[in-house]
Amino acid sequence: MTRHTLSVLVEDVPGVLARISGLFSRRGFNIESLAVGPTEKAGISRMTIVVSVAELPLEQVTKQLNKLVNVIKIVELEDDNSVQRELIMVKVTATTNTRSHILETVELFRAKVVDVAPDAVTIEATGSIGKLHAMLRVLEPFGIKELVQSGAVAVSRGAKGISDRQLRSA
Amino acid sequence: MLRNNSHSSEAECRVVAKAAGADEVAMTEQITGSESLVKSLQNAGVEVVFGIPGGAILPAYDPLMDASNIRHILVRHEQGAGHAAEGYAMATGKVGVCMATSGPGATNLVTAIADAHMDSVPMVAITGQVPSKAIGTDAFQEADIRGITMPITKHNFLITDPIDIPAAIAQAFHIAGTGRPGPVLVDISKDALQAMTTFEWPEQIALPGYKPTTKPNSRQIRQAAELILDSKKPVLYVGGGVIKAEASSQLFELAELTGIPVVTTLMARGAFPDGHQQHLGMPGMHGTVAAVGALQRADLLIALGTRFDDRVTGNLDSFAPDAKIIHADIDPAEIGKNKPVDVPIVGDAQVIIEALTADLQRRVDEGERGDFAEWLETVARWKQTYPLGYDEPEDEALSPQYVIERLGAIAGPEAIYAAGVGQHQMWASQFIEYSNPRTWLNSGGAGTMGYAVPAAMGAKVGQPDTVVWAVDGDGCFQMTNQELATCTINNIPIKVALINNSSLGMVRQWQTLFYNQRYSNTDLQSHDFPDFVKLAEAYGAVGLRCDNAADVDATIEKAMSINDRPVVVDFRVHKDAMVWPMVAAGTSNDDIKVARDLAPQWDRED
Repeated sequence: MTRHTLSVLVEDVPGVLARISGLFSRRGFNIESLAVGPTEKAGISRMTIVVSVAELPLEQVTKQLNKLVNVIKIVELEDDNSVQRELIMVKVTATTNTRSHILETVELFRAKVVDVAPDAVTIEATGSIGKLHAMLRVLEPFGIKELVQSGAVAVSRGAKGISDRQLRSA
Repeated sequence: MLRNNSHSSEAECRVVAKAAGADEVAMTEQITGSESLVKSLQNAGVEVVFGIPGGAILPAYDPLMDASNIRHILVRHEQGAGHAAEGYAMATGKVGVCMATSGPGATNLVTAIADAHMDSVPMVAITGQVPSKAIGTDAFQEADIRGITMPITKHNFLITDPIDIPAAIAQAFHIAGTGRPGPVLVDISKDALQAMTTFEWPEQIALPGYKPTTKPNSRQIRQAAELILDSKKPVLYVGGGVIKAEASSQLFELAELTGIPVVTTLMARGAFPDGHQQHLGMPGMHGTVAAVGALQRADLLIALGTRFDDRVTGNLDSFAPDAKIIHADIDPAEIGKNKPVDVPIVGDAQVIIEALTADLQRRVDEGERGDFAEWLETVARWKQTYPLGYDEPEDEALSPQYVIERLGAIAGPEAIYAAGVGQHQMWASQFIEYSNPRTWLNSGGAGTMGYAVPAAMGAKVGQPDTVVWAVDGDGCFQMTNQELATCTINNIPIKVALINNSSLGMVRQWQTLFYNQRYSNTDLQSHDFPDFVKLAEAYGAVGLRCDNAADVDATIEKAMSINDRPVVVDFRVHKDAMVWPMVAAGTSNDDIKVARDLAPQWDRED
């Protein structure tokens, strides 16, 4: 089982998210994360779906997704030729003693503080999943009160856009 | 394909407008959403709709009454409408249409929609929905039928703005009937049906994410031809896709050219004539020894429009262990889904088979051809040694297999046979000799009991000049026989051969084999209740009964002579008859039994 990132262009119509998530569940595939939003083209949304599957089931996922009428294009983005980012917001317990240590961590990971309370700070960070997990490990001893994390979004490196690229042989 | 009755170019549009002055008006004329729906159905070429009205769909039924070129057949249950649409589609190749109201009307269609989805039957289901403002409020007769049918449709729509009706209907028919066919549901809110709108039939189908591949890749055709010529023991493994693609005559040519033996799956019966010497019969759980054995010992499977279903492959790991595989299908997702493939070919079966035949013919002309004579001799020997057969019961009781065999012989290969699900279905597949595509209708993938009567009704509506027999079990028949009223009233004279063994026969067979003959809840007592002859008569049909072999022919001939109303023949057969051969569920095809504890003796060299 390896982690794969699929970029899926879909028509922005009601029910499309349900179609895709329903397909994953009924075919027995697990979604690790899913992010969806508009694209440079009106009426077209882009989903970034991270799945952990072996090579053969991945082919089935792609083919089954392609059968959905509202799905326009699917591209698998490989780690080495794409940029992937996730966003987290984490609320950490902060006392007079710990606050400066926490801010140091924020600095080290190029995160930022978006809210401060007498006994807590809320930190926003973006990055690869590895970097974010590293930061969370450092913050953990201070006491994490709340954590919220987005799904990954990903884009290929280089000048070409998703519409120019051929789907990796599916 | 979509029948576009409106203008196809601007120039033509002007001509039409000048000539009739009609189309231009139509674009601005205010009509109701319901009228727009009916006009859309007409533009899509719909001739028959099977349905039943209710609150939310009621507006649509008003203009439907005036649509003289659409025949609406009022069914007694929405499931009947769905299976009738399937039967109509399977018998004609056209898209079948069913219609129902919101909530329970729509959910009653679900079984038939799921059935059509499993068997790739082109069908459009139109449902009324509660008014758009009430959607999501648990309103009276509200069900999220779009959500419910998402996993069992090829695509579906929820329409709440009447302006979207023509495009949705055009797209629905296009999606249902092209590529790998399947059911499409269009759910329309009541307010959209009632509101005023304008009608414009789309000139083009705007579906950027839907482009089925029909033309195969020529390199893969070449590779397939090479594999065929390199093989010693090839088998043409033919599925329902060949019938859907109208590729029977192309298949016949390919088979004749190459001399390769053919097996036809449950969905493909009739795709290749049963009487042909290369035909080994049906593979799978209840397939012939020759067909199952040929797949197991083949060195090459040429799989055409088929999906390596578990009922065909048995235990997948031991299926066709020595075979390379050429898999041709219009649905790329089927290729390699269950079994790794050596040469994948995506495209329309008709185009693929034509291309493959042409390539092989060219090689034959150049003196290059396969030699399969020895292989054909081997499989022919299996066919001869292990023909389909059955044991007569010890007492005088009637054999179900005999009834079905005689029915096939008397009604002949031009008749259409629609089966329910269970033992009678397997016997109807085994003991009727099929020669023509679209003459065998059944619920293959879903295994829906109750399919036969409404499907036969739909087939008879589509092919009124053809004799249509429903071969049904007493269990199945009691699930949907209410449609006999529909048949009588609408002059749809189907014939029903009720294979009445007074039990849920296939379940009973499994209890015999796997549950120590503990017959839990499979005795239907239907030799006592209901009285099927009286039931038939109550519906205005002719009811006949036959309980001994001597009367079988005369009874069938009598049924054949009645053409002004439906006929139901209650064939009272014995309940211990078994479907053989059998590959027990989950076991290897190599463990096929021709009778209880009796395995075939394969040739020593194998």
